[in-house]
Amino acid sequence: MFTNFFYTLKNFGVPVTMNEWQTLLEALEAGMAGSSLTGFYYLARAILVKTEAHYDRFDLAFAAFFKDVETPEGLPEKIWEWLEKELPPLEITEEMRRNHRQLDLDELRRMLEERLKEQNEEHHGGNYWIGTGGTSPFGHSGYHPGGIRIGGESRNLSAVKVAGMRRFQEFRTDETLGVRQFQVALRKLRQFTSRLEGEPTELDLEGTVQKTCDNAGRLELVWERPRENSIKVLLLMDSGGSMVTYTRLCNQLFTAVNRSNHFKDLKVFYFHNCIYDWLFHDPHCTLDNYTDTEYVLRTYSPDYRVIIVGDASMAPSELTRIGGVIEWGLYNDKPGIDWLKRLRTHFEYSVWLNPIPKDYWDWTDGAWTIRRIGEIFPMEELTVDGLERAIKALRSRQPARV
Amino acid sequence: MAKSSMKYQGSKDYIASDELMNSVNIAIALQKPLLIKGEPGTGKTMLAKSIADSLGKRLIIWNIKSTTKAQEGLYVYDTVQRLYDSQFGDHDVSDIKQYIKLGKLGEAFTSDEQVVLLIDEIDKADLEFPNDLLWELDQMSFYIPETRETIVAKHRPIVIITSNAEKELPDAFLRRCIFHYIAFPDPEGMERIVRVHHPNIEKRLLQQALETFYALRNVPNIQKKPSTSELIDWLQALVVGGISPNRIKQELPFLGVLLKKNEDLDTLLNHLHGKTQASRPVQPSYSSLNRYRY
Repeated sequence: MFTNFFYTLKNFGVPVTMNEWQTLLEALEAGMAGSSLTGFYYLARAILVKTEAHYDRFDLAFAAFFKDVETPEGLPEKIWEWLEKELPPLEITEEMRRNHRQLDLDELRRMLEERLKEQNEEHHGGNYWIGTGGTSPFGHSGYHPGGIRIGGESRNLSAVKVAGMRRFQEFRTDETLGVRQFQVALRKLRQFTSRLEGEPTELDLEGTVQKTCDNAGRLELVWERPRENSIKVLLLMDSGGSMVTYTRLCNQLFTAVNRSNHFKDLKVFYFHNCIYDWLFHDPHCTLDNYTDTEYVLRTYSPDYRVIIVGDASMAPSELTRIGGVIEWGLYNDKPGIDWLKRLRTHFEYSVWLNPIPKDYWDWTDGAWTIRRIGEIFPMEELTVDGLERAIKALRSRQPARV
Repeated sequence: MAKSSMKYQGSKDYIASDELMNSVNIAIALQKPLLIKGEPGTGKTMLAKSIADSLGKRLIIWNIKSTTKAQEGLYVYDTVQRLYDSQFGDHDVSDIKQYIKLGKLGEAFTSDEQVVLLIDEIDKADLEFPNDLLWELDQMSFYIPETRETIVAKHRPIVIITSNAEKELPDAFLRRCIFHYIAFPDPEGMERIVRVHHPNIEKRLLQQALETFYALRNVPNIQKKPSTSELIDWLQALVVGGISPNRIKQELPFLGVLLKKNEDLDTLLNHLHGKTQASRPVQPSYSSLNRYRY
């Protein structure tokens, strides 16, 4: 009878499985919840939730399911209909760039809300209403140096806020071209445990024969310490709008890293443009599937090698402002740059791989943020050579200069 | 669920919250391992002892270290001893059984009465460790190929597992556990805990000390927050040192008992300095404590 609660939990990002659900039903049949909602609350939480990081989500789901508490609403259906049609790309002239005042983030949000109230029909082209094309700050496929993109594909790479879903493919595909080269480069990322540390657990056959012979046949066993790769890797990938251009390249790297089975541990997280409080489990970066960045910082030891892949191109506000997160409906009370600095300070072996060729870094759209992030992380371009340089950097500890 | 008559209700030297008792009883009734997480010093390890005491059962502790292998918990086959013995010829080595030594898990399985098994600090071990124990904890049995023997638990032990969240535990393992996070006690709960250890402590001293203690815990960027055991040591020091309650907040005596890292002392000094410049009083805020309380 609670089956819908199961789905509510899933929607709120509590990873429940059938096994646990069965256990809960058994427990309920045994009358372990008493007959009170509080009893049910504790019973369900103990059985279904497996980390304190999810307690909060469980509470939200519980409240939503049992009390009809209001949850934040998505964008009205109507707006999606307006935006379904697309226009050809817009040419941007210097004149257009000058004509647009850079809008403040809060101002934009407020304007969008007002505009939502005013507008009641489809609109394409033009510079005021929410729609496709044109130079209004709201909508998609158009151009405004600091507007809010609503749905659609990132075209001129300058939307400050994306409200809506990104439907990017999962990165895990089977790219073959270039993968091998990346793999060869990754091979160099290894560090064997030394023969001096750890428990001697492996039988040294030759040594044993030698010693036993020395003892005139009386058995003497010799043990040695095993050598194994102790490198642990944490891969953080940008799956933001502007990265779509580089999907193929990132796929290759991702496939290569995944095929490299010589790491002791490999963890992959995703983020959208910049890292804030959340590290997402899939490239869609939705709030029902993430780990707290705080948790990662606390749980992962500093000897993890951190490889961040991203174009580092974003609006300055996304990097430096409180509440600058590009996600509609999310709010960060620490600016992205603080999170990056904390990651850098915690993980002394870390690099940033940028799919934008190095020659373009100084004049591309995100030149300012590329420079700022480059001051925090050693940055290399995502090419085989760049990867090799990055791996070289990962082999030695590099204390943060931030 | 024949065992539902058995209920854990805390013991006199261990203060357990209702939530925690609830989780313990759920785990006992469902016969699943109880995974306990929480800040250091919230009494995770003590819980198993308290359960064993209150239910009148024997406690078996399996301390996990970074080199511990899952196999060691089941049994160890001492091949080397057998080889040595065979060389001198003064032992009968045909009976392999005498070289099989049961580990803590094996001991718990073969016990004639139900025991409480504590697997302490499971996150210290290798990443694969919990996965290697899945079958044994699920089925409560394991096979010894050397003697062609299957060890089946005579009575399913009550399994308590603690973790300091140093490493992430595998999902498959988590699915089989009942989980409870011990929240850091609030000031009232802490007062009850302290009274267990220092029954005769002066009320005002305790109050001042607690306020200072929680204020310290709320200083941002402290790396190792002082925990219950440090508070209890500190109170002991305050009592022995004959410190007057009025001096506690101003002078922060015996600070080294609470903060054990040099960086943390620096952080605190910077913090206090910054506060005086802004001429704001040091106010403990308890809001962060309520994060996991409902």
